[in-house]
Amino acid sequence: MNAARTAATAARVLRQLRHDPRSIALMVLVPVLMLTLLRFVFDGSPRTFDSIGASLLGIFPLITMFLVTSIATLRERTSGTLERLLAMPLGKGDLIAGYALAFGAVAVVQSLLATGLALWALGLDVVGSPWLLLLVALLDALLGTALGLFVSAFAASEFQAVQFMPAVIFPQLLLCGLFAARSTMHPVLEGISDVLPMSYAVDGMTQVLTHTDMTADFVRDVVIVAACAVLVLALGAATLRRRTP
Amino acid sequence: MMNKQAGEGPAAVHARGLTVRRGTGRTPRTVIADIAFDVPRGRITGLLGPSGCGKSTLLRAIVGTQAHVTGTLDVLGRPAGHPDLRSRIGYVTQAPSVYDDLTVRQNLDYFAAILDPGRAAAARRADAVDRAITDVDLTARAGALAGNLSGGQRSRVSLAVALLGTPELLVLDEPTVGLDPVLRRDLWNLFHAIAATRGATILVSSHVMDEAERCHDLLLMREGRILAQDTPDALRARTHCATVEEGFLRLVDEADTLAAQEQTR
Repeated sequence: MNAARTAATAARVLRQLRHDPRSIALMVLVPVLMLTLLRFVFDGSPRTFDSIGASLLGIFPLITMFLVTSIATLRERTSGTLERLLAMPLGKGDLIAGYALAFGAVAVVQSLLATGLALWALGLDVVGSPWLLLLVALLDALLGTALGLFVSAFAASEFQAVQFMPAVIFPQLLLCGLFAARSTMHPVLEGISDVLPMSYAVDGMTQVLTHTDMTADFVRDVVIVAACAVLVLALGAATLRRRTP
Repeated sequence: MMNKQAGEGPAAVHARGLTVRRGTGRTPRTVIADIAFDVPRGRITGLLGPSGCGKSTLLRAIVGTQAHVTGTLDVLGRPAGHPDLRSRIGYVTQAPSVYDDLTVRQNLDYFAAILDPGRAAAARRADAVDRAITDVDLTARAGALAGNLSGGQRSRVSLAVALLGTPELLVLDEPTVGLDPVLRRDLWNLFHAIAATRGATILVSSHVMDEAERCHDLLLMREGRILAQDTPDALRARTHCATVEEGFLRLVDEADTLAAQEQTR
């Protein structure tokens, strides 16, 4: 690992994004619009908006970063730039950390806007600190980046990469406790939800929603999400091969 | 960095019993079968042969990005794929491998930062980028997005990336495909200038035989084997042909009749 090469890679990814203002606008504005929509869908039951809104603050960054990263790394693989980079003195860790840093920065902006809007304009009622919401959102973004990087190794085209979104994200979305409490699910499904990282992402958000202090559960959730992200990033690094078969 | 005994000393690339198999299935295909050759230092060696004969695979093996390579393959005194070689080899893939959503200069800035990282090297990097852009004659388009350039211009950006960091060995996979005659001539002049002034070794592949005349040495390849290794003059003399193209075809015919005789025997 080399800090200068990692920073150069992150700067390059951000520079690429800057030439694509429409993507930036979509990444940053869509969560804000969806939260606003949700607020008025649950116009009559603000309590429901509180719980679902808080969960979505964690889910949005995960989904956006998953999509963006899987397409971006797929492009890197198919355009030949990955082969070129790996023939140069660039560590795989530098490349992955560069991507994680760049998309992490985008996730900070996205989360700041979405959280700020939800708390102060839409009246999302959160007992805990907004900074903790932001922390979970960031870790979720990192997890999304990691998952996107990993699945891009199994996609041969953009078509396939986009299809991985429902395949990888939807089951987690259904089982994470957003639609029904995990304890009320069929025991088999509950067991599965226990090993899916998004369950802990949503649980972490709920902890902040209902507790003033950092609870032990919150710390556990954060550690699990972070560990999953690091594990999947490491798996993603293993899929970057220096040699073509 | 000046001319280190052009054409003398240990070969830049040394291959003996080199075999490459491709494909991950149950029956891997032998793409390169037990070949031996040497690429002399400080000279331009042309790797010529029809499409699909294994040129790109051989170049990838030399650069170290090809799996399932067996036999001896030494590059600049190290086994191919050695990490030390990564900053000493410039490699241009067949399709231009640059970022379409970055400008020419931003592309080069990034790759330069990978080759020569750190803030202390910023001035040196800026010089290297300027020189590479001038070398491939893209100064006027330096601020344009790579995706908005013509095909020929994009492949020159790709070449400029390989010229960064003054590599000792330049491996170019069909760099002149689809370029107009003027540009092709200019690029070949550039290759000769690089070989002469920097003492760099250039290995360039092509399926266009008239480019063979511009090389110092030739490796003629067909169906995963080396048909001949010679200078263009010696090849023409040996085959009694006026052009390398005719000479190549004669060698192909000879090899085919030889194979047919062996089969009937």
